[in-house]
Amino acid sequence: MTSVDRSGPAAHVARHSSEPARPAFVPPQRRPRKQRGPRWLPGLVLVSPSLILIGVFVYGFLGWNVRVSFTNWRGLSPKYHFVGLSNYTALLRDERFRADVRNLVIFTLVFVAGAMLLGFLMAMLLDRGVRGEAFLRGVYLFPMAISFIATAIVWRWLLDNGSGADTAGINKLLTVVGLGFLRSDWHKSDSIWAISAVALPAGWALSGYVMALFLAGMRGVNETLRESARMDGASEVQIFWYIVRPALRPVTFSALLIMVHISLKTFDLLYALDQGNLRIDTPSLYMWFTTFDGGFYDRGATIATVLLIGVALVVGPYVWYSLRTERR
Amino acid sequence: MWKGRLAILAILVVSVLAGLSMFTVRGAGNNQLEVYSWWTGPGEEDGLAAMAKAFEGANPGVRFVNAAVSGGAGSNAKAILASRLLANDPPDSYQRHAGLELLDDVRSGKVQDLTELYHQQGWTKVFPKGLVDNLTIDGRIYAVPVNIHRANLMWYSPRTLKDLGLPGPPKTWAEFLQQADAIKAKGRTPLAVGPEWSQKHLLETVLLGELGADKYERLFNGGISWLSPDVTAALGTFAKVLGVSDVKSAAGDWQPQLDKVLSGSAVYAVMGDWSSSYLEQSKKLRWETDYNVAASPGTEGVYDFLSDSFTLPTGARRPDLARKWLVECGSAAGQNLFNPLKGSIPARTDADAGLYKGYLGWALRQWRDPNTRIVGSLTHGVVANNAYNAEIDSALGLFVQHGDQGRFARTVEQQFRETQ
Repeated sequence: MTSVDRSGPAAHVARHSSEPARPAFVPPQRRPRKQRGPRWLPGLVLVSPSLILIGVFVYGFLGWNVRVSFTNWRGLSPKYHFVGLSNYTALLRDERFRADVRNLVIFTLVFVAGAMLLGFLMAMLLDRGVRGEAFLRGVYLFPMAISFIATAIVWRWLLDNGSGADTAGINKLLTVVGLGFLRSDWHKSDSIWAISAVALPAGWALSGYVMALFLAGMRGVNETLRESARMDGASEVQIFWYIVRPALRPVTFSALLIMVHISLKTFDLLYALDQGNLRIDTPSLYMWFTTFDGGFYDRGATIATVLLIGVALVVGPYVWYSLRTERR
Repeated sequence: MWKGRLAILAILVVSVLAGLSMFTVRGAGNNQLEVYSWWTGPGEEDGLAAMAKAFEGANPGVRFVNAAVSGGAGSNAKAILASRLLANDPPDSYQRHAGLELLDDVRSGKVQDLTELYHQQGWTKVFPKGLVDNLTIDGRIYAVPVNIHRANLMWYSPRTLKDLGLPGPPKTWAEFLQQADAIKAKGRTPLAVGPEWSQKHLLETVLLGELGADKYERLFNGGISWLSPDVTAALGTFAKVLGVSDVKSAAGDWQPQLDKVLSGSAVYAVMGDWSSSYLEQSKKLRWETDYNVAASPGTEGVYDFLSDSFTLPTGARRPDLARKWLVECGSAAGQNLFNPLKGSIPARTDADAGLYKGYLGWALRQWRDPNTRIVGSLTHGVVANNAYNAEIDSALGLFVQHGDQGRFARTVEQQFRETQ
């Protein structure tokens, strides 16, 4: 049998088509066990542990958190006295929270746009067949393997804004290569855009991941499509625009969603980079400090609920979109 | 088919074992004392270990479980502790800063009254009255202080002062601002600051220096308003002091803040006396020759203290052992084991002074001086409860950005009323 198999592609075809024609080799069928209960039951039993765990530890606590946001629970003795929407209206007037929301929007815009663009460019360059691609891919992906805390500790020094004899990090590098005029105060600048400096470490950590997503998407484009487009006389730019770009739409969408929700959740990077600097404060940091330093469980839960709604507004359309495309 | 069944069986066995191990962790230590702290840094960890060894020696067969959580100057430990207290699963004793940081625990019934233990051990006589007053909450005492740190200190390098021709550290904040002009003219930073909490630490020392000890205490117990003329003037000084500091490029932590003073790029830094063990043990510098320290401007004779203290939680599994631990914490022997290693001074006034050399000897003499006025620290949890303190953090963080002094005072005044 094996000797025949090795004889060429024709033999492969023959083997595939001939297999059902040899009933003698089929082992005797075991008698199917008697089916107990409905057909869907085993499947349900199989997934039920994770369903129960998710139900309790995600949705159960989520509901509890929403409940706390409607109470006046402060300090170490839980109080569930219903106070309506007053925590939410107080939050709207809260100066720190409003600055946090502004910071979060700025950070998300700069970080997501930057990481997507950079990731896409790197993927495009790698896709054109650079020498040592596997090595470069590893290099670009590697920062993602480092925890955000470690990233922040390193970048705390890189983004140091000391001047004169205290110049350090990127500013020092710029001075050494004669670009001292580019010196920046980074995340300690007075501008409301200060938090966008944090997009540097965040993008450094995650643009490699975006690159990997795009690279996989580009590799997924059928080569015969490109070939036939070339046969029809399309330029490389046209091939990219009319063939590759539409094929990348789902990848772009996923990458965008992943980046946005990572951005909304960013906590450890900011926490370790410059603790207590309100220029880079976001709702998630405020939630942590007000809850655990101040004991404002009501306000913390309210911020968490607002964040949840924010993330749902981002993820919702994605779920809707993927359900719709799957049904088609 | 048997393979699949075996796999299911294996999973079951593993999960049961995993579950069992959780029970064993809970059940194993009926003869152990779990002590919760944030002492994980060099020095303090050794001090805790020395006390643990002494405790195990005095109580044979009892295991001392060190449940320390590191990071964030105690803020990580506090978050985890909060979840344990809310779940009514306290350790046998836990660390808090002495003072109103414990108010929430007291009002929520999380800690037991130790006033009787104080009388029994005679502690009210060996701790200074100013300390006992700050430990007392609603007439009772709930925590035993192990050590004392001082917050109102200004660190400098004698060499830098000589280079700049400055006669000595400033006696008042007005004098500091005068010196600051001269220092800036020579291209150096008059005052180095660190992260947000160190800026609050600076605020506290400026308020203390400008208002004096009495008004400082009344400000935090509600006796005078943040909007009163005295406080307004003091906040004005604070804004000016911040103006000549490097707050725009503040250091990320207190050690790099002091490093700027050591390197000479900055002249002064206001920081607590945990600095001394950093300077002496990590940097190998000597007090008075390589570095020096003075009471922060306007606070000569005032001791702005903070203290690490231990409690007896409600529902502790071994309250009997916890009491023995607290007795050790409050004893001269226990405090002398811990403090020389941590780089702090004993809260007791009768502990052996010979053990405390250099800076610590200087600090201990002032602590014991009956003429020294003792007040509690804001930043380190003595004179403000956690809610008020966290709200001041927010207000100060915003103030550093917008610089609107009136808005800051109005916010803090309102928050004082809302968090009492």
